[in-house]
Amino acid sequence: MAFLDKHKALERSPTLLFVGSLLVVSIGGIVEIAPLFYLENTIEEVDGMRPYSPLELAGRDIYIREGCYVCHSQMIRPMRDEVERYGHYSLAAESMYDHPHQWGSKRTGPDLARVGGRYSDAWHVDHLNDPQSVVPESIMPKYAFLGRTPIDGEHIEDLLRTHAFVGVPYTEEMIDNALFDFQAQGDPDSDWDALVERYPGAVVSNFDGQPELTEMDALIAYLQMLGTLVDFSTFTPDASR
Amino acid sequence: MLDYVKLIALGLVAILAAIAADWGHDLAYKVHAALIMVIAGAMFIWQVRQIGNTPVVADTTGYLDSVVRAGVIATGFWGVVGFLAGVFIAFQLAFPGLNFDWGQPFTNFGRLRPLHTSAVIFAFGGNALIMSSFYIVQRTCGARLWGGNLAWFVFWGYQLFIVLAATGYLLGATQSKEYAEPEWYVDIWLTLVWVAFLAVYLGTSFKRREKHIYVANWFLLSFIITVAMLHIVNNLSIPVSLLGSKSVQVFSGVQDAMTQWWYGHNAVGFFLTAGFLGMMYYFIPKQAERPVFSYKLSIIHFWALIFLYIWAGPHHLHYTALPDWASTLGMVFSIILWMPSWGGMINGLMTLQGAWDKLRTDPIIRMMVISLAFYGMSTFEGPMMSIRAVNSLSHYTDWTIGHVHSGALGWNGMITFGALYFLTPRLWGRKQMYSMSAIDWHFWLATIGIVLYAASMWGTGIMEGLMWREVDAQGFLVNSFADTVSAKFPMYVVRGLGGVLYLAGGIIMVWNMWMTIRGGKPVVVTTPPAQTPQAA
Repeated sequence: MAFLDKHKALERSPTLLFVGSLLVVSIGGIVEIAPLFYLENTIEEVDGMRPYSPLELAGRDIYIREGCYVCHSQMIRPMRDEVERYGHYSLAAESMYDHPHQWGSKRTGPDLARVGGRYSDAWHVDHLNDPQSVVPESIMPKYAFLGRTPIDGEHIEDLLRTHAFVGVPYTEEMIDNALFDFQAQGDPDSDWDALVERYPGAVVSNFDGQPELTEMDALIAYLQMLGTLVDFSTFTPDASR
Repeated sequence: MLDYVKLIALGLVAILAAIAADWGHDLAYKVHAALIMVIAGAMFIWQVRQIGNTPVVADTTGYLDSVVRAGVIATGFWGVVGFLAGVFIAFQLAFPGLNFDWGQPFTNFGRLRPLHTSAVIFAFGGNALIMSSFYIVQRTCGARLWGGNLAWFVFWGYQLFIVLAATGYLLGATQSKEYAEPEWYVDIWLTLVWVAFLAVYLGTSFKRREKHIYVANWFLLSFIITVAMLHIVNNLSIPVSLLGSKSVQVFSGVQDAMTQWWYGHNAVGFFLTAGFLGMMYYFIPKQAERPVFSYKLSIIHFWALIFLYIWAGPHHLHYTALPDWASTLGMVFSIILWMPSWGGMINGLMTLQGAWDKLRTDPIIRMMVISLAFYGMSTFEGPMMSIRAVNSLSHYTDWTIGHVHSGALGWNGMITFGALYFLTPRLWGRKQMYSMSAIDWHFWLATIGIVLYAASMWGTGIMEGLMWREVDAQGFLVNSFADTVSAKFPMYVVRGLGGVLYLAGGIIMVWNMWMTIRGGKPVVVTTPPAQTPQAA
C-alpha cells in the first residue's frame, strides 16, 4: 500500500504528528457540538420557563456540592415506563438555564426531574434527615446536617450576576433584590408578592419548619420546583428533532 | 539573581495565599489557600537556606529516571488509595450505615464517589501515564528528557492537582461534571502542568537520536494533546468570586450535556485508551522480546482510533433531550469504533507470536495479555451498549458501572501492573521483582475480583433495567423504585467482595515493589551515543 509509505513523513516529525493529531481529533467535536448552538429546533419553544429564584439557585448549588447527581438523574426518557413513573419526558428547554446541566448518568435513586410538588415539605425534611425512616429500602445517606447549617445569602447577588453573565436572563431588578428574595422565599410571613411576580410559580414556604433559614430550606425549595415550570397544555412536540 | 526572583515570587505566593485563606468564601477554598501558603512558605525557607551554598550540578548525561522512579512509587500508592476508596463506597451502597453519622457530610457517598473515580483515573492512571510517557519517550528517542527540572515540576504539580481535587470533593468544591469535577482554580493549575508535560514530551522528541518516532509515542502524543483540548473546553466556567471555589459553567443544558459527554467519553478514549495503548505498544514488545506484530495495522488503527473516538460521546445521551441526529451520530461512530479498538488488541496479542510459551512461565506477560483480553471485551461491550435499543435498557443502571470497571480494572489496571512489574526491577537495578510468586497471586486475585465485579453488575444492571420497565396486564408498573433497590442487595455485596480481592492484589503488589526497591539502588542509564548522520 503506497500511501502507507507516505506515513514516514509523519513518523519523522513531531510537528506533523502534533498538527495531524490535533486536526483529526477536532472534527468530531466541532460537528457534534457547534450546531447545537445555532440549530433552531435544539431547544423547544415552551411557556413557563424562568430563571431559578435566588433560594432555589442556592439549593441547586447544595445539590451539586453534595454530589446528588451521582445517584439521581434529571432526565426522563420518552419510554412508557418512565413517563408512567416520573411524568412527561424531559425537554431541552427545561434545562436551558442549568449551568451546568444536572441530567446525570445513573439512577441509584429515582429520577428527580419532576419531583417538585410530589411530596410535602415535611416529607422532604424527614427524608433528608433520615431517608430510611420514610423509605425503608433506601440506601441514601443522611443529610441531617443541612438543617443545622444556617445560610445568609451573603454572596447570592454575585451568584446571580455570574449566571446573568453566562446568559441567564436575570434582570437588574432581580439581581438588586436577590438577597431580599432569598430571605422572603423561606418565610411565608414576609412580603413576598414582588418575589412571586419576578419568579412566577415560586413556592414560598418555611420549608424546613425552623425559624432560621438553613441549607435544608434552600435544597427543598429547589427540589419542590423541579419540573414544575413548563406549561404542557401549550406544548407541541417537534415531529423531527 | 535568579534566586532572588524565586524568593520574591514564593514570598508573594505565600502572602497572597494567606490573604485568600483569611478572606475565602467557603471551606474548600480556605483550606486550599492555606495549603498553598504552607507549600510556598516551605519552599521559601528552603530557598533562603540554599543561598550561599554552591549549587549542586546535576549529572545530565544519562536518562532522567529519578522522576520515573517517583512516578512508579506514586502510581502504586494512588492505586491502593483509589481501590480502597472504591471498596469503601461499594460497601456503602450495600450497607448505607457506612455513611457514618459523625462523618456527615464529608464521608457521604455523594462526596466520596468523585474521590474514588478521580483517584483511580487521574491519580493512579494519570501517574501511570506520566511516568511511562517519561520512560518510553526517553528510551525510544535515545535522549534525556528535555527541559531540565521541568519534568519534576510536572510530577509535583500533578500530585498537587490530585491533592487539591481530592480534598476539594470532600470539602464540597465540585462543578458536578463527571470526571471533571475540580473547580476553576484547580483546572487552571492542571492546564499549566499539562502544558509543561506537553513541552517536556515534545522537546524530548525534537532532540531524539532515532530517526523514527516509535508508534507508542504517536499514541502518547495524541493523548496529551487531546486531553488538553477536552479539559479546556469542558471546564469553561466563570468564577463567582476570585475568593471562592464556586464557578458557573459557560454552557448550559443540552449544549453543556453534549460537551460533558464529548469530554467524558474521550477521557475514556484518550486518557484510558490512547495513552494506555502507548504503554501497551512499548511494554508488551519489550516484555515478550518480540517486535510489534504489524506496522501497517498500527498506522491504520492509530488514525482510525483517534478520529472515531471523539465522535462517540452522544451515546451517553440516547433518548434524552439531545436532538436525535446527534445521538445517532454518536451511536454510528461508536459501532465503527469497535474495529480500530480491536486493531489495537490484535496488534498487541499477535506480538506474542512465537512467544506464547511465555504465558506459562512469565506472570508479567500473563498480566499484559489479560489486560488486552479485557480491553477487547470491553471495547466490544461498549459499542454494543451504544446501540439505542440496548442502551434503553442499560442506561442509568449498574450495567454501565460493570462495563466501566471491566475496562478500568481489567485493561488499565492490569497493563499498569505489568508496566510496574517491568519497570521496578530495571529502575532500581534488580534482576527481577522480589517475589515472582506474589505476581501470580496478584494476577489471580485481580482476575477473580474483576469477574465477581463485572458479573454481579451485569446481574443487577439487567435486572433493574427489566424491573423498571415491567408492566402488568392492566398496564400498571409492577415494581416501585424501592423494590429494585432492595433486589440489588446480594449482588452489591458480591461486587464489594470482588473489590476486596482486587484491592488485596494491589496491596500485594505494593509490598512486592517495596521489597524490590528496598534491596536495590537507583540506576543511572546512559543515553546511547549519537548516531552518525546518514543520508535519509
